Amino acid sequence: MAQTGTAGLAPAPKGMSKGMTPGELGLVISGVAMAALWTLIMAKAWTPEYAFHAGLFAIVSVATVFAVINRYHARPAILPPQEIDGKPNYNMEPVKFATIAAVFWGIAGFAVGLIIASQLAFPALNFDLPWTAFGRMRPLHTSAVIFAFGGNVLIAASFYVVQRTCRARLAGDLAPWFVVLGYNFFIVIAGTGYLLGITQSKEYAEPEWYADILLTIVWVTYFLVFLGTVIKRKEPHIYVANWFYLAFILTIAVLHLGNNPSIPVSIFSSKSYIVWSGVQDAMVQWWYGHNAVGFFLTAGFLGIMYYFIPKRAERPVYSYRLSIIHFWALIFMYIWAGPHHLHYTALPDWAQTLGMTFSIMLWMPSWGGMINGLMTLSGAWDKLRTDPVLRMLVVSVAFYGMSTFEGPLMSIKAVNSLSHYTDWTVGHVHSGELGWVCYVSFAAIYCLVPWLWNKPNLYSLRLVNWHFWVSTLGIVCYISAMWVAGIMQGLMWRAYTSFGFLEYSFLETVEAMHPFYIIRAFGGALYLAGALIMVWNIYKTIVAPVEEPQISAAPALVPAE
Amino acid sequence: MSLWKKHAIVEKNSILLLLGVLIVISIGGLVEILPLFYLKSTIEKVEGVRPYTPLELAGRNIYVREGCYNCHSQMIRALREEVERYGHYSLAAESMYDHPFQWGSKRNGPDLARVGGKYSDDWQRRHLTNPRAVVSGSIMPGYPFLAKAPLDADRIDQDMKVLAIEGVPYSDEMIAKASIDLKAQGSDDDPNTADLIRRYPKANARAFGEQKGVITEADALIAYLQSLGTAIDFRIYDDKANMR
Repeated sequence: MAQTGTAGLAPAPKGMSKGMTPGELGLVISGVAMAALWTLIMAKAWTPEYAFHAGLFAIVSVATVFAVINRYHARPAILPPQEIDGKPNYNMEPVKFATIAAVFWGIAGFAVGLIIASQLAFPALNFDLPWTAFGRMRPLHTSAVIFAFGGNVLIAASFYVVQRTCRARLAGDLAPWFVVLGYNFFIVIAGTGYLLGITQSKEYAEPEWYADILLTIVWVTYFLVFLGTVIKRKEPHIYVANWFYLAFILTIAVLHLGNNPSIPVSIFSSKSYIVWSGVQDAMVQWWYGHNAVGFFLTAGFLGIMYYFIPKRAERPVYSYRLSIIHFWALIFMYIWAGPHHLHYTALPDWAQTLGMTFSIMLWMPSWGGMINGLMTLSGAWDKLRTDPVLRMLVVSVAFYGMSTFEGPLMSIKAVNSLSHYTDWTVGHVHSGELGWVCYVSFAAIYCLVPWLWNKPNLYSLRLVNWHFWVSTLGIVCYISAMWVAGIMQGLMWRAYTSFGFLEYSFLETVEAMHPFYIIRAFGGALYLAGALIMVWNIYKTIVAPVEEPQISAAPALVPAE
Repeated sequence: MSLWKKHAIVEKNSILLLLGVLIVISIGGLVEILPLFYLKSTIEKVEGVRPYTPLELAGRNIYVREGCYNCHSQMIRALREEVERYGHYSLAAESMYDHPFQWGSKRNGPDLARVGGKYSDDWQRRHLTNPRAVVSGSIMPGYPFLAKAPLDADRIDQDMKVLAIEGVPYSDEMIAKASIDLKAQGSDDDPNTADLIRRYPKANARAFGEQKGVITEADALIAYLQSLGTAIDFRIYDDKANMR
């Protein structure tokens, strides 16, 4: 399937008779082969759960073959041109798909988060069933928000931004579609797998071997499409947002390959065993895990920040030099930070200390990014009063600054001895996720939807305002409840009586969490409510009738096909 | 000043930019990960640590499948309050055959690194079925379906073969006798128990459940839990042996 990466780079010369592109041919052939293979696996699978997944793979392979042949018959002989009248002929359809998918998965991920938060307060909500127990639902929540919601936002934003800033059509013909559809199919396999008990139990890398292989193929294609677009750019310089996207895509590939090598028990079994074990596996896992934060949830979303804040504020990026320094410093230092997840464990002390040291130093490049984002508003601060989307962007950067201060603090060994294993960590992650990642994503979606669907503006800025305040209240409830709960539990675990005995049983520390778990779930419900307001707003924006051409902030798009 | 202009070189050449990123992100991981495969403290073997028995391995796979690591750590940190609550701090050697590791990152429930032998089989079984029946105030989900599901471990030898490739010292004999060992460990007074114990010292062999003649998923999980943290005799373990 790798051919799809380069297919369609050169449009067919005029007068040539209609033929299949290498990409179409490759997809049809591999689709047929995959359909046959997965049908065989389905027939001989050791467990019904794996047979179900094999069936899904077979159906999707057949659907791919039909869709590609259908398109071949429906399309004109010549593929869409790279430029129309000297202007780039942007390919925005895959971006639209990823945007809608992001909204869908966002709601799903927040809803599952609300369910598991409620389960911790009221364990009866686990229903004593395998598919609804916390242990299977929690990876569904984390993957849905990080990889399904965040991943689709990143694909949408990177495909949009790379075309705009390179003034070039997305590389590849079918390849961009392969990326968005393949990625979302991966999400379906991963998510249904968790509920069915198919997991390799590595946090944030739970999908089993066959889903990992699928993701590898999709991700390499993503990398080639992105790089191919950068290479054929019309601008001499690569815009700063694209540095971050490139670092994000490349590093995630390295991390995914490093953390997931495993040997399946059989091709007919979903079970595999990771080649790493014990302390080495722990180190590799948190090298991966912390840099999933560093590159997926930070570098990728900084790429979003570097395009959407200047665009929305109509101001240039504050400092070019700062962006150079903080880019290289950030990607260099993040990689070292993993061991702070393993303080006081069987990992050697020197590795823990190295991890802590780099985590503290990481504060500086992180705040470099925050300063560059915030100061871009110089001379445009008044817009915060009138533009709730810009306000969302600014608050997201503020949350970024707060989380990247809290993170280094928690990586200090003495602090970590208290915070580790408690809800303080959960609160920290959520101030970063809800405040930074999701807010910058919501704002990007609010910008993208009118641009992509050719609407003069959003349906309602008032609703954006409601979304902002309802979800901000939700975040405040969430993170303050988790601060109190986490620090309290950490203190209770280490409390001694005057006779020198441990003061609290473990159970007492669990029971003390109850009120805070309720407040947290309430915060999560508010956050979900805010996101639902966004769904309504976006829906109304997309279905709004096309009005008379108006002067809009964004340049009018050229039809893609 | 000139240095800033030099940066334009990578800004105008995507392949150079790519290579630069690749080099910069490689250093930290290499420095922190590679030594762990060579250092004595991370690859030392400690007397008593052995691979999981077939039944324990099957139980561990259920532990993984149900996502127990989401709420239970298996890593006692070298802190006074942890050692007093859970037992001797965890050694690297104790998880050397864990593919993957199960150290965890969050304690919604207590650490399980040394839960083996702490509660009776009966307690474990009732607790798994309905945690609040034995620990009121627990927030753990109930797993009543485990005790009803017969263990499907006919192919556990295949799992052991893969683990052997990855460095777990399963001998050909252990793999060949996997099914016999599994049945012996899960039953009372099985004739093959002595062989099992010879192959896997200190293995707990008994009927873990109430149903006679049927080994359930709950039994396998309990066999795994009862083995956790019991491999090393800390009365004779010399924790200064590694000091330099």
